[in-house]
Amino acid sequence: MEEIEAFLFHEARLLDEALYDDWLALFTDTAWYWVPIQPRQDNPFDTVSIIYDDRKLLETRVRRLRNENIHAQSPPSRTSRIIGNIVGARSDETGGVTACDFQISSRFQMVEFRRDEQRLFAGALLHGLVRDGEGFKIAWKRVDLVNCDAMMEGITVPF
Amino acid sequence: MANHSRIDSRIEGLVQPGRVHRRIYTDPAIFEIEMERLFGQSWLYVGHESQVRFPGDFFCTRLGREPVVLVRHGTGNKNGGDKNAGDINGGDKNGGDITVLYNRCGHRGAKVVATESGSVREFRCCYHGWTYATDGRLISVPVRQGYPEGTVDIADPAYGMQAVPRVASYRGFIFASLSATGPSLTDFLGHMTTSFDDLVDRAPDGEIEVAGGIARHAYRGNWKLIFENVNDGLHPLSVHLSSIEAARAQDDAVWSDGAGEIGIRQMRQNGAPLEFWDKQVGLWAYPFGHSYLGDYHDDEKLAVARQDPSFQDYIEIMEAKKGRERARQILGVTRWNTNIYPTISFMSQFRQLRVIQPVAVDRTDVLGFCFRLKGAPEKMFRDTIQFANVTNASASPVLTDDLETYDRLRGGLESGGNDWVPMSRGLGRDVADGNGGLQAENGLSELHIRNMFDSWSGYMAGT
Repeated sequence: MEEIEAFLFHEARLLDEALYDDWLALFTDTAWYWVPIQPRQDNPFDTVSIIYDDRKLLETRVRRLRNENIHAQSPPSRTSRIIGNIVGARSDETGGVTACDFQISSRFQMVEFRRDEQRLFAGALLHGLVRDGEGFKIAWKRVDLVNCDAMMEGITVPF
Repeated sequence: MANHSRIDSRIEGLVQPGRVHRRIYTDPAIFEIEMERLFGQSWLYVGHESQVRFPGDFFCTRLGREPVVLVRHGTGNKNGGDKNAGDINGGDKNGGDITVLYNRCGHRGAKVVATESGSVREFRCCYHGWTYATDGRLISVPVRQGYPEGTVDIADPAYGMQAVPRVASYRGFIFASLSATGPSLTDFLGHMTTSFDDLVDRAPDGEIEVAGGIARHAYRGNWKLIFENVNDGLHPLSVHLSSIEAARAQDDAVWSDGAGEIGIRQMRQNGAPLEFWDKQVGLWAYPFGHSYLGDYHDDEKLAVARQDPSFQDYIEIMEAKKGRERARQILGVTRWNTNIYPTISFMSQFRQLRVIQPVAVDRTDVLGFCFRLKGAPEKMFRDTIQFANVTNASASPVLTDDLETYDRLRGGLESGGNDWVPMSRGLGRDVADGNGGLQAENGLSELHIRNMFDSWSGYMAGT
């Protein structure tokens, strides 16, 4: 579990430092990344999501994040996130999705500051991790924001 | 009611040929007049009949700033009788009366309905338990004897939840007006009924339903900005350059479960060259501020690619159910985005509808709804969902650059460095279209903006 904890902290650090290419490299070639728009949302296929990216769309999202013409990040956001309460996920939390070696549940809080406003995001993370040599890769990641169904202004930095 | 026909010094001269005064986007006093005269008079979109399918079903929304409840009252099986929301195109087969109620208790004024949607037998206020039938009629008042005669009369409609004065629908799309008088919905929609036809006719079974949840986003900026932006053919190449370039560089061989395919196609399509918008895209504008962008797609350009196997299945189903000729006619309509001023913007080919809700002069909420075409392959609905994620969800790689633009417009228009905002692209080059509207010079015209302000001026002057 210490190893997994270190991996999640590493991921959070890459995002806070806006090292998005390095973040993308943590995912497997068939990974998906999901931020549901409803509490306990069953699937991303018959209901809209805040984000549902397969590997291909996630690559495009990340490539856009470092495009110099990304107006929504001019000026860029600064973020600081805390990851905690890391435990093995219960099977009813994951619903038997894409195969992985470890299903990890954690909590996060992220402060985002941009231009003249500070926003606070919080919620639950679910990681599906697979062994990759000495380390791990993310086979899938689900982010359940406590305010997922709120009317929100634009979100550009991933969770 | 104020005397609208008098010259109002607060709005006089703000709209001029090809330009408007910046205060139209920034002045809270103007926003207040808009709520009274524009949103208080116009037909406003409420919802789709599939959101209140059965008696007791309700959906809470706002008309302007008025909190309202769309509700189906009655026991059903009323032979399609629907006296309140008389469909201008025929009956409503589900029975019951569709009503739009102000969400306010007749007693102390609390919002009676607190959840966004659901199904009830009656509405009960949390404060003192006043209870209403689903048509707004007051049916129960605790400690009724405590109110001396002549103060609260349970039979007096004045103590019920009040119904919005006018409700009407077209092919399941329900509109309401906060004014008891004014043009009929038929007159208001005019030629734009053909855009609703385009959406509904695409369903093999001739029926559509709201499904898939609501994609919401908010922006800091005036409500008019989104209507101007969505039919502005010049904005994508600049505003969406980051997602256009990112999508163009995407390796198509990378794994996708389908979600990425339609999103990335749409981002690439946003990068169509200006010559394309000049030569192949049309923009039409109609009375009451409505407009649509069209002739955008052909078989090759359609983001819901026709070469996709599910689209082939869909065409086969359409031909089987409607006949080859009728199917070709339906699918041959190439409308991109239709604005029904001042509340909705929708895309028939992608089964998306945005409801625009003004909050304050500098704040706007947008609700994105998806439609399922009854009888179409389920894969098409999955595409509808993925398309909504990349166009209407708050974390969309496309939309977020629009939202940033609205925020900068809000910030820049505060500046007194220049009071005037030109919108003269294509001015004077429009031609009558034969359907009571105008066709713009090309898809880069700002005709739709000028047209909205023509309508705006009429509402604001009370004419």
